[in-house]
Amino acid sequence: MTIFQYLLLGFLVVCAISVTFSRNLLNSIIIYMSYSLIMSILWVCLESPDLAITEAAVGAGVTSILFFVTLKRINALNGESDEEEKKEDDHD
Amino acid sequence: MEGEQDLYLGELEMKPPKNAPETDSKAKEITRDGAKEGRQEVSQEELKNAYQSATEDPEKLRKMIPDTIVNMVESTDRLVPQSRRPLLKAIFDKAYPVLATVMCIAIIALLLVTVSWMPPFGSADNPTSNEVAQRYIEQGLEETGAVNIVSGMILDYRAFDTLGESNVLFIATIAVMILMRLDSKEEKEQLSAEEAAYTHENTLEPEHDAILRSVAFLLVPMLLIFGMYIILCGHLGPGGGFSGGAVIGASLILYANAYGFQKMEKLFTAKTYKAISFCALGFYALAKSYSFFTGANELESIISAGTPGRILSAGLILPLNICVGLVVACTMYSFYVLFRKGGY
Repeated sequence: MTIFQYLLLGFLVVCAISVTFSRNLLNSIIIYMSYSLIMSILWVCLESPDLAITEAAVGAGVTSILFFVTLKRINALNGESDEEEKKEDDHD
Repeated sequence: MEGEQDLYLGELEMKPPKNAPETDSKAKEITRDGAKEGRQEVSQEELKNAYQSATEDPEKLRKMIPDTIVNMVESTDRLVPQSRRPLLKAIFDKAYPVLATVMCIAIIALLLVTVSWMPPFGSADNPTSNEVAQRYIEQGLEETGAVNIVSGMILDYRAFDTLGESNVLFIATIAVMILMRLDSKEEKEQLSAEEAAYTHENTLEPEHDAILRSVAFLLVPMLLIFGMYIILCGHLGPGGGFSGGAVIGASLILYANAYGFQKMEKLFTAKTYKAISFCALGFYALAKSYSFFTGANELESIISAGTPGRILSAGLILPLNICVGLVVACTMYSFYVLFRKGGY
């Protein structure tokens, strides 16, 4: 194990803890994405590039998109665009 | 906490609806998915009125609760005398976090102890390093013809598992499609009208976003080619059907995000999904049946392993990789469509 891998493992633990403590759901998903990305780098370090490709495509890509879509569907994305939409609705 | 104590439910606190107009506007949003808009709205209004009058008049509230529930609550009331209740509540409030912490630490300790009993990582006498793994490593290249041993394992020695996994993806998507199917014509027409309204309101079709569109214009073809490369070279290097299919699916999602579902539907609909998945899974099952049949009866198979390292080698692994890749790519995109629109 090199220092680089220990560093990545540390990042992994930090990400995992901060996902649970993040108040904003959007932030949680982005931290979760970075968790998957770090994990895919770790897979490359552990000499399993097959898993790394899958982790990057599925974990960081498709799963997070599905989370985003779900948040959008349940109107839990508290971004600026939503507020703008609400204002527009009020004008109507 | 503010709010008034309910007469019949003891400790529970009930909050009066402060933001009444907001809930009304929310109700309209809900009815978009509901069956009949007008009726739903009236019933919501009635409910609100009934609730307000009931909170003012305790007798009315009593009438609204079924007798069985009232009896149940009263019988549990008798178990603990009224005077001791605050004491019990205080004990519970203090004990709960302490007990929760103790339980948490106990479970963590248990898991750590179990992990410490596990054999050391990579040791030669581990139960996992037996003759099966040894054979895969030593004779995998010779027997399957795949340079990438992982591909040789999941698509040759354990091809049946991979068939099951692809089927799971297909069945999950099809089951959701069946659940969301609409049979009558009226329902379909109503849904399409509602969908048009929803599309207009929530911008299901994206606005003309210049940055997103130009990035997608550049990235989507590259991602598609990269995904195909991962699938086609699955037996030569890292990759394979599942990862390549996921990359292709992600590129389709990006395209749909940038250019909208209307353009995507020219290329890809529920019918295309069913046709591609059915053909791929059917071909997989037939090809593997043939190879299992010849293998079990020690017959000469017409599919040769070929020269390892060539693109057309490793027997059935290349076509099976393509099958798995098609199923996974279509399923990833279908997941997105089902999450976004709730059906094709």
